[in-house]
Amino acid sequence: MDSVRYNGDQRGHRVPIALKILIAGGFGAGKTTLVSALSEVRPLQTEEILTGAGIDTDDVSGVEAKSTTTVAMDFGRITINDDLQLYLFGTPGQDRFWFLWDELAFGALGAVVLADTRRLADCFPSIDYFEQRGIPFVVGVNCFDDSRRFSLEAVRRALDLDPEVPMVLCDARDRQSGKTVLISLVEHVARHRGEPVPTA
Amino acid sequence: MRTELTEHRHEWLDDEAGPVVRPYTLTGGRVRPSTDGFDLVAYVLAKPDPDLAAYPELYPEHRLLVELAGRGTPVVELAADLDLAVGVVRVLLGDLLSRGLVAVHQPPRATYLPDNNILKAVVDGLRAL
Repeated sequence: MDSVRYNGDQRGHRVPIALKILIAGGFGAGKTTLVSALSEVRPLQTEEILTGAGIDTDDVSGVEAKSTTTVAMDFGRITINDDLQLYLFGTPGQDRFWFLWDELAFGALGAVVLADTRRLADCFPSIDYFEQRGIPFVVGVNCFDDSRRFSLEAVRRALDLDPEVPMVLCDARDRQSGKTVLISLVEHVARHRGEPVPTA
Repeated sequence: MRTELTEHRHEWLDDEAGPVVRPYTLTGGRVRPSTDGFDLVAYVLAKPDPDLAAYPELYPEHRLLVELAGRGTPVVELAADLDLAVGVVRVLLGDLLSRGLVAVHQPPRATYLPDNNILKAVVDGLRAL
């Protein structure tokens, strides 16, 4: 096991376990909204620099003068207890940011793919990404006010989802609804590992 | 803090000036930290009572990082607090790590990802929120 997990430093600081959960989906599917609704702090934003994907060698001469751009990442935090925190990361929407997804997905507990029934195809790349990497995910069907209500089964067929992948109707603006989605993800992760979480 | 930093580093930039485009100036052009493995959610913990005066070569941003890491803070929150790109913060953290001013605690890896007790604690915790 990772020996530093519960270790403190000399002052007896306890270092919590931080678990990453990705919030993915197409542009406008409600990723940032869901992170905001769930985070205990105002959603934070940080940036990653877009030179990362292209730099494969250690020869970086000239990089200091290179003009580049950055991509913003939204994230939020949920403190479960003194030893356990969840970090929610909204994934950047465009394909050219896939390298960032790899970093976000590394060691992640799992992912929520938000689907917007008006533009269902927008979440296909996210689903493909997690399927290919064996990262457990659930699909949250975000119910927008003006969207036609589809049955979950119809959406599942349209997404060609594996029957074991949970689907949850949700309202990304609503904290309780978002919590339900996260709970279904964590339960799915436990089943995925063959150790179902006992129901309370 | 955010305003203060922005002001002293880029006095002539305001919100309308567009993004800062030479983020690695602060790291002297270094784009990789001296040590790998600053996961976004790795906890950085500053050494107790660090003697920063002994390191005159460190930038104000290094010093702020040590201050913020006094209570144990994940990499991604340090970057957000300092309003610096994660890539830049990683390089600065590498400088601090090599001087023994901070310790880094990596999160558990996928291979030993949380056991069932932890997952159960997460579900219980979420239900209780």
